[in-house]
Amino acid sequence: MSKLNTWKIFTRGIIKENPTFVMLLGMCPVLGVTTSAFNGLGMGIATTFVLVMSNLVVSLVKDFIPDKVRIPAFIVVIATFVTVVEMVLEAYVPFLYEQLGIFIPLIVVNCLILGRAESFASKNNIVPSIIDGLGMGLGFTFALTILGGMREILGNGTVFDLSLFGQDANMMILFILPPGAFIALAYLVVIFNKIFVKN
Amino acid sequence: MKKLESTLLNMILSLTIIALVSGASLGFMNELTKGPKEESRKQKQVEAIKSVLPEITNNPFAEKIPVAVEGQKDSLFFFPGKKGDGLSGMAVSCFTYSGYNGLIKLMVGFNMNGEIFNISVLDQKETPGLGTKMTTEPFVKQFIGKNPGQFKLKPTKDGGDVDALTGATITTRAYCEAVQQAYDGFMTEKEQIK
Repeated sequence: MSKLNTWKIFTRGIIKENPTFVMLLGMCPVLGVTTSAFNGLGMGIATTFVLVMSNLVVSLVKDFIPDKVRIPAFIVVIATFVTVVEMVLEAYVPFLYEQLGIFIPLIVVNCLILGRAESFASKNNIVPSIIDGLGMGLGFTFALTILGGMREILGNGTVFDLSLFGQDANMMILFILPPGAFIALAYLVVIFNKIFVKN
Repeated sequence: MKKLESTLLNMILSLTIIALVSGASLGFMNELTKGPKEESRKQKQVEAIKSVLPEITNNPFAEKIPVAVEGQKDSLFFFPGKKGDGLSGMAVSCFTYSGYNGLIKLMVGFNMNGEIFNISVLDQKETPGLGTKMTTEPFVKQFIGKNPGQFKLKPTKDGGDVDALTGATITTRAYCEAVQQAYDGFMTEKEQIK
């Protein structure tokens, strides 16, 4: 694997095949947790960790898993890492654990992770698989933080809990509510594709 | 290396091994994080008690008194705060299941007149950015120094004295309900605890 290729695999996940803005994968946590930039960032980092670890393990054991049972095998691997993340967050970062709540266990069913295991890690070696997981994870984190930031600014007048417009500013609460997630995401998808992805 | 064939034996073997390895590593992780998890939960309670009581000299956490609530499976917990030998206040951990997403747990501190000293949220699953604002100061401020005997613990919409959180009336209602429960429990138990 040449150096250029490794770089390509890495940046692909962030821009060209950004899981959220371009491939529209794993929309459940994207819409659900992005009520603030901090939540988006936390969720992104947790998902990145699971993604890298599951890609690593899947690429390691890919030859020992018969094709017909590969999906349940991948799911067990992914679920294991998600549970590890959940335990570690609860023990050491209880604040984030409470904020993300049900969305941590739901990382298991994030199709982005299974998608990368199936379409990339199960066909490639360890190093490219880790790079791929890292790139995709950072792309996901980036998207969630931007989306969370946009919703937090518009809906709450803060970003990373820093007040922008003073305490009493009247903000568009809609953006913190579920419908706001769809509206904000739609605009970001359009803008992102217009700027970075040229057909 | 060639991929393993999808024979029955191979499939059973590979899945069993994967499940065993993942089970074992999870068990190991669970052992590892058990202590810190317990610690962080306890720490949270201790800090909550401290923040809702006036100056105290004892360790209320060690003097926990459980009080059953009629018709509920959970119970209230009373944490008596003492200054010297006299009782100076009482922290009550209370709960309600009528939050927007179910359970809300609060720690409410009263002084001996029944006035609310401070309230801290122990556990909640409310909507981030809306219901979660119940943990912020502007909302909690309106309860401080009020005696629920005169201060009606209900959102203004329902004829009470509490300014509801914007977009989170259900949360506000549940919050008030829990505080009310703590107050009622405190009033009934006050004499016995002394």
